[in-house]
Amino acid sequence: MSSSKHPASTSFKAPDSSSLQLNDQGKLRHFLTTDGLSKQVLTEIMDVAESFSGVAEQAVKKVPLLRGKTIANLFFENSTRTRTTFDLAAKRLSADVINLNIATSATTKGESILDTIRNLEAMQVDMFIVRHADSGAAHFIARHVAPHISVINAGDGRHAHPTQAMLDMFTIRRVKKDFKRLKVAIIGDILHSRVARSQIHALNTLGVREVRVIAPKTLLPSDTDSLGVHVYGDLKTGLDDVDVVIMLRLQRERMGAALLPSEHEYFECFGLTEERLSYAKPDVCVMHPGPINRGVEMDAAVADGPNSVILQQVTNGIATRMAVMALTLGHYATGKSS
Amino acid sequence: MGKTLTSVDIDATIKAMGVDLAGLLAQREITQPLMIGVHTGGLWVAQKMHQALGLSKPLGEIDISFYRDDFTRIGLNPQVKPSQIPVSIEGEDIVLVDDVLYTGRTVRAALNEIFDYGRPNSVTLVVLVDRSGRELPLQADVIGLKLDLSPQKQVKLTGPAPLALETNRN
Amino acid sequence: MNICIKNGRLIDPANQRDGVHNIYIANGRIQSIGRSPNGFVAKQTIDASGKLVMPGFVDLGASLREPGYEQKASIKSETRAAVAGGYTAVCCLPNTKPILDTPAVVQLILDKAELAGFAKVLPLGALTVGLNGDTLSEMYALKKAGCVAVSQAPNNNLTSQTLRRALQYASSHDLLVVLKPEDVSIKDNGCVHDGAMSSKLGLAGIPASAETVAIAQIIQLAAETQARVHLTGISAAKSVAMLARAKFENIAISADVHAYQLHLTELDVGTFDANYHTSPPLRTFEDRDALRAAVAQSIISVSSGHQPHEEAAKQAPFPSTEAGISSLETVLPLMLRLVDEGLLDMNQLVERLSLAPATTLGLDMGSLAKGSLANICIVDPDAVWQLTAKTWRSRGQNTPFFGQQMKGQVTHTLVEGRIVFKK
Repeated sequence: MSSSKHPASTSFKAPDSSSLQLNDQGKLRHFLTTDGLSKQVLTEIMDVAESFSGVAEQAVKKVPLLRGKTIANLFFENSTRTRTTFDLAAKRLSADVINLNIATSATTKGESILDTIRNLEAMQVDMFIVRHADSGAAHFIARHVAPHISVINAGDGRHAHPTQAMLDMFTIRRVKKDFKRLKVAIIGDILHSRVARSQIHALNTLGVREVRVIAPKTLLPSDTDSLGVHVYGDLKTGLDDVDVVIMLRLQRERMGAALLPSEHEYFECFGLTEERLSYAKPDVCVMHPGPINRGVEMDAAVADGPNSVILQQVTNGIATRMAVMALTLGHYATGKSS
Repeated sequence: MGKTLTSVDIDATIKAMGVDLAGLLAQREITQPLMIGVHTGGLWVAQKMHQALGLSKPLGEIDISFYRDDFTRIGLNPQVKPSQIPVSIEGEDIVLVDDVLYTGRTVRAALNEIFDYGRPNSVTLVVLVDRSGRELPLQADVIGLKLDLSPQKQVKLTGPAPLALETNRN
Repeated sequence: MNICIKNGRLIDPANQRDGVHNIYIANGRIQSIGRSPNGFVAKQTIDASGKLVMPGFVDLGASLREPGYEQKASIKSETRAAVAGGYTAVCCLPNTKPILDTPAVVQLILDKAELAGFAKVLPLGALTVGLNGDTLSEMYALKKAGCVAVSQAPNNNLTSQTLRRALQYASSHDLLVVLKPEDVSIKDNGCVHDGAMSSKLGLAGIPASAETVAIAQIIQLAAETQARVHLTGISAAKSVAMLARAKFENIAISADVHAYQLHLTELDVGTFDANYHTSPPLRTFEDRDALRAAVAQSIISVSSGHQPHEEAAKQAPFPSTEAGISSLETVLPLMLRLVDEGLLDMNQLVERLSLAPATTLGLDMGSLAKGSLANICIVDPDAVWQLTAKTWRSRGQNTPFFGQQMKGQVTHTLVEGRIVFKK
């Protein structure tokens, strides 16, 4: 409960989720949000992802690490891309995978999320990968699963998409090597973006020089700077001297809700063209979580140009997810090895 | 703190192993072996042997972290080194090199990993130290030195320069 | 039954009384204060030494869930919780099922309340039929059947024109109109305050303007129609300013704040704790402090905001949980915390919880005068107790204070001279 005296400092400090995500030995048990995890944990994820990258490049793309484990993809929100990457990642670790599209099954008939979880637990599932339209859904599920089960957040509402953020961090590390001196700009619909929130936390934890957000006013959340970013309203000033540009996807629904007049106007003000890209550093790398709306977020020249690392992000997505699965499923250590 | 076995001359031991190995390979009529060292200690030993024997095929290295059988017991070690086998395994005569043969589980994992790459013609096992405590029916073909240690004692190869054997209480 | 409550500190701001006096009760009324009436023989004597004797609290809007939502609670369970919390009268919101828009439903509720025999239930008739926001309800019939006021709460689906006409009509029958100030289009699908917390958690936020825009509208219409309006559950600092100004301009508009809103803020949502999902949402420290000051300055009174829920209602991801706290039993300890902090004195506490609501409703309650109905609660302000399933009476266990230690407890409650609660 709030104490009756509030902190004198103006910086916003809210409770974080690390107590839920880490087990008693400080090992990652659930991966729900990048917010509150230490630099050490985030670095560990990237290091393990590095070793799994090697696996994907080998002739043998599979390792037996998670053989015998059952992983359930619980997608309450449709997504072929993300689900396929998790599916592939799990199979490359030799785990068994169940794919559940709940949007079309029991929950519409009224089965509560808890009942769905309990039924799956009864079928000896070891891990839930959850995507849901409600912010906080992965946290909710993590609070209710048995002690040996891990939960990975594949995207909850607007809140977090931590595996996407980690594959982005992994990509940045591979291209730029050192986070310390980087100025990173995130452009687009920050208000509705779980990817942006997770990226902002991760970038700040990894110690980048500056995180900027560039967006129209209607697409910025309240108290934006309390997230740990500098806010810019236009590309010219926002992109100045920037090392990494992350473009967010603009969804059509935003026009219907009177948040923006049109995709055309958005592109005019915030779309990334070769000319605008030149405001940033010459070796700037351009990223996008996908799928890209060509001509809305960026034009083809940028998407396919030399600064783009978008395809690398996709490749890195599998290794990163393998890393997160391997680390979390190994949390329930029963003893020492001989 | 471990106690260094100062009585052991590692370089000399590895030299002797090289001689034994050469003889064994000749006996088996293996002229183009593919040497693979197990990270980390086995690779150090393999590097010395590979150079001393002047093998033509490049040295391979494997990290068995993803093939261990104790994942559920101790989780994943985040410091996994890359496995690199420069040539296809198919039909090759492998010389697998490790530093310490103890329970046999590391060798089991290494064999599984190698077989995931392809079907070798044969595998010859070379170890620097063969210590008591086998839990699986595996034996080495070339042994540097034998040690009879109590289960409470641990022996480890430190390196890469200088290489030294250390014993420890568990 | 003849009852004497002796040695208690009587706190009765209605009659400017604060001191140790005996109270003598017979035939459901207070017969005398201080001196025993001639020939009075007490059948039961309550020794209230070291305790406070107050007029029973009056709540301006609670959800009793019956008829229609019995899986959450019942009139019996919640009126029982009410008296345990010191409340002798509770207004029942019209969002029952069927809606409280016919005399039959009014009668049903009154009958059930009488059968339960705990706190008195004061029905708030629906302002519009089915709370649909289109058709005026038969307010005269509802008043005749026993409604003390009419209300559109918790809905907000009236056009400005319909609201204006509804206010006119209600005032023609001298009925108070209770409204929840909330602009539905601004609120949209928000579930927390629109601020740093909503940004961090990625939850749709409800800005303060959702409340202030509605209040601005209501104040103008109330002034123009000269209707009496009460706003239930305000949450923002800006709302307080608007209400103070309206009061200054002698517009007949009053308001209350839910007791928990004087303590909790958006930070308490923490990592998606659904126990803190309320409507209106918990806002910032600045808002909370302004609401406290407003209570201290008698600009607003205090209500419970009581919303009992079944367990499943809170067992879902945050945005999909139902809003509301089961709060009748925690109002007293929460208000006593403010007295301890020096924000209020005991007289003001009593005034905000009983006299002010009674005055708003135009009822003869909230006073310990000779001749008035004996609606009384006796409080031990120092009693420390643990909020557990054992000590909790409401059927809804949805309270963020569960498991916490509370200070201040009701020892006895009397409704119209009958002891309906004893610790």
